[in-house]
Amino acid sequence: MFALAPLVYLVVRATTGSSDWLDADTLGPAALRTAVLSTLTAAGAVAIGVPFAVLTVRTSLPLRRLALVLGALPLVIPSYVGALALLGALGPRGLLAQALEPVGVYRLPTIDGLLGSTVVLILFTYPYVLLLTASALRRVDPALEQAARGMGRGPLDTFLRITLPQIRSAVIAGALLAALYAMSDFGVVSLLRCTTLTREAFIRFDSLYDPAGAAAVGLVLAIVALIVVGAEQWSLRGSTAAARRRVRARDAHPTDLGGGARAVALGFIGVVVLLALVLPLAILGWWAVALVGDDDLLAQVAEALPATLNAVAVSGAAAVVCVVLALPVAALVARVPGRLSRGIESVSYVGYALPGIVVGLGLIFFAIRSAPFLYQTAALVVLAYTVRLLPQAISGARSGWERVDPRFEQAARGMGRSSLDVLTRVTLPLAAPGVLTGAALVFLTAIKELPATLLLRPNGFDTPATLIWQKTSVAEYASAAVPALILIVVSAVPVYLLLIRPESRSRRSLG
Amino acid sequence: MRRFVPALLLLTALSALLAACGGSDDEKLVVYSGRDESIVAPLYEQFTADTGIELDIRYAGSPELAATLREEGDATPADVFYAQDAGSIGVVEEQLATLPPADLALIPARYQDPQGRWVGVTGRVRVLAYNSDRVQPDQLPGDVLALGSADWKLGNVGVAPTNASFVGFVSAMREAVGDATTEEFLRGLATHATTYEKNSQIVDAIASGEVDTGLVNHYYLYEKLASDPDAPVANHFFQPGDPGSFVNVSAVGILAGAGDNPDAQRFVNYLLTEGQVYFANDAPEREYPLNATQPGLERAEELPPLDANLGPDVPLSVLTGNLEGTVAMIRDAGLVG
Repeated sequence: MFALAPLVYLVVRATTGSSDWLDADTLGPAALRTAVLSTLTAAGAVAIGVPFAVLTVRTSLPLRRLALVLGALPLVIPSYVGALALLGALGPRGLLAQALEPVGVYRLPTIDGLLGSTVVLILFTYPYVLLLTASALRRVDPALEQAARGMGRGPLDTFLRITLPQIRSAVIAGALLAALYAMSDFGVVSLLRCTTLTREAFIRFDSLYDPAGAAAVGLVLAIVALIVVGAEQWSLRGSTAAARRRVRARDAHPTDLGGGARAVALGFIGVVVLLALVLPLAILGWWAVALVGDDDLLAQVAEALPATLNAVAVSGAAAVVCVVLALPVAALVARVPGRLSRGIESVSYVGYALPGIVVGLGLIFFAIRSAPFLYQTAALVVLAYTVRLLPQAISGARSGWERVDPRFEQAARGMGRSSLDVLTRVTLPLAAPGVLTGAALVFLTAIKELPATLLLRPNGFDTPATLIWQKTSVAEYASAAVPALILIVVSAVPVYLLLIRPESRSRRSLG
Repeated sequence: MRRFVPALLLLTALSALLAACGGSDDEKLVVYSGRDESIVAPLYEQFTADTGIELDIRYAGSPELAATLREEGDATPADVFYAQDAGSIGVVEEQLATLPPADLALIPARYQDPQGRWVGVTGRVRVLAYNSDRVQPDQLPGDVLALGSADWKLGNVGVAPTNASFVGFVSAMREAVGDATTEEFLRGLATHATTYEKNSQIVDAIASGEVDTGLVNHYYLYEKLASDPDAPVANHFFQPGDPGSFVNVSAVGILAGAGDNPDAQRFVNYLLTEGQVYFANDAPEREYPLNATQPGLERAEELPPLDANLGPDVPLSVLTGNLEGTVAMIRDAGLVG
């Protein structure tokens, strides 16, 4: 219900403002750019995320578990910082350009506009597809694949005809998260100068002091988001519950890659990890090293640690709240598909596609009127994360739930177990990997959230993201390096705990 | 799985604890600070040390705080709003109390609200920053309009077209020379402009040679020199009264609900007196102190004097006036990507 809060706020603000809010001249091109940006980002995220997942989950590639962790980590790099670091490395005056100068290359192509923004956003959103796909792949019944291979089908043919249909809903859910993330992103599009609806909203807000105009843009954005979510649901229409519902009977045999294929696979993973993780980390490290010897470095670490603790607490709480709320929605969508359950799910996605500042103002609007005791408390920050990120938990929980065979539940009930017993002892454990994936996505996205945090936090409550904001707003990009690095290191722990370890444990216990 | 449940419960409990201690303290003076922590935190600490008045400070961008104040209305917990620019405080001026006349008298009338609800604390001037290795000062024009002319010879000009500082400058120019001349200027500028998101990026680009000149506020030069003393960047001031040298101010006001709060009044008075010394001598940003009667302003003398001749004679209310028109003009000229 409170997923609707920002939407209600938008309608109230947009219609009480004085500005001519449906200004087609600026909104038209911005809406088109937004649509292109989010579609291309989703396509790119799938093109990277799906092969990455298959290679790390279903082949005998060396170091594949490490590759999966490294592949997931770009998720925690705030896209603004990531774009900044990539520019520092590959931009026209970046490190690469400086390195090439002696060889006579004086100017590298500028990374900006729609194309540049798309490339950068793909690099920081493909982990959504990777994580959801990897989790789904582990639940695919290998018996069918083996049968197909036994009948002489090639590995690619088997993947396209047998495996892909079974992971399709997870891939599409990941693509949707990537598309909507691109829609709501402000950091990359402002740095690379691509005027999408979100950038337009910020321009109206920041340069025009025009919340009504910004709200109008937000409304258009919400409509575009609903169209995209509708497209997702339409694209899932053919996949019957039965096709998606598989419980793994036994462990899949990892496919052995030949020498050539292995080299190509490692090269692919290497390039992705290099661009999305190593390069940004190296630049941040380079900037941080510049502070060594300076008293600043220690002071910055000392300042970033309590901020990190704050972020872990509010993001962790948001992950818990999101999962608790996502479970019934996911159960409803997976078990009672229909207009109602689809509608509830769609509405929850709107908060995710909206710029964080709109969600933040919407919650101020509601809290100051109806829950003043929550105002400027950490609890309201948790609520904001929940409104923004609930769909990530729903995606995870839904893909977990869809893979639970109702026959298991029926069997348990047949043995006289109570409904609660069945839920806690059969359904939830089977759905757990998906649910945990959803929780991890929420946690990792929340820990870097900025716009809503800035508006709603208690006075003096810092997170690494607010520290980065504070430092970059006074020009010193380099000093953002310390909080950014700490953020990435701290986030690696939940990636491992929530995503990698449970999978390898369940693999062992089932295998 | 079993081990995560206690861990997650712990996190929830922890955040509940954070929520409990997050509420603001009624004893303290609540300041909404649109000015950045790294610039004003030492000043706020000095204020508490000198007066014994504890502050509860909320840092965020000035437009965000202005929007927050508008949503909060009368229920705002804020006592004082100290904004980065006159535009952000201008949009909430109806929620502010009238300031004591003695405080208003410290600051020239052109740098305050005519109705006395907010007052400027520090000033900043628009300048043309340039790369001192590649451009000689005598090549630079006294009139900003030359930047929009077809005769402009100095390569691309760095501009931050969506930044509030540029929008404010264009609004002032419209007021000073009229819409037709401004439109012509912007169209000309667009043919040889390289756009950035903010002023600091322009100064970086000038230092690295990406562009030779750029329109920025005067103090970005000093920030750049603080981190890189050898950067080949210098400021060029336009001639007195030129629309190119528009002066914007950081400004403070007291929320209507705290109009009679002596601590709030003390805070405002402090910014306009002892605070001026901090801004003149110690602040990392070298802004102009606006109270010239305050003794002890040493470093300010190194800057070209900020008197009534510097900048066009336009009221600061242009910053909250027809901004849609200004932004539409900037867009139509093709400056926004």
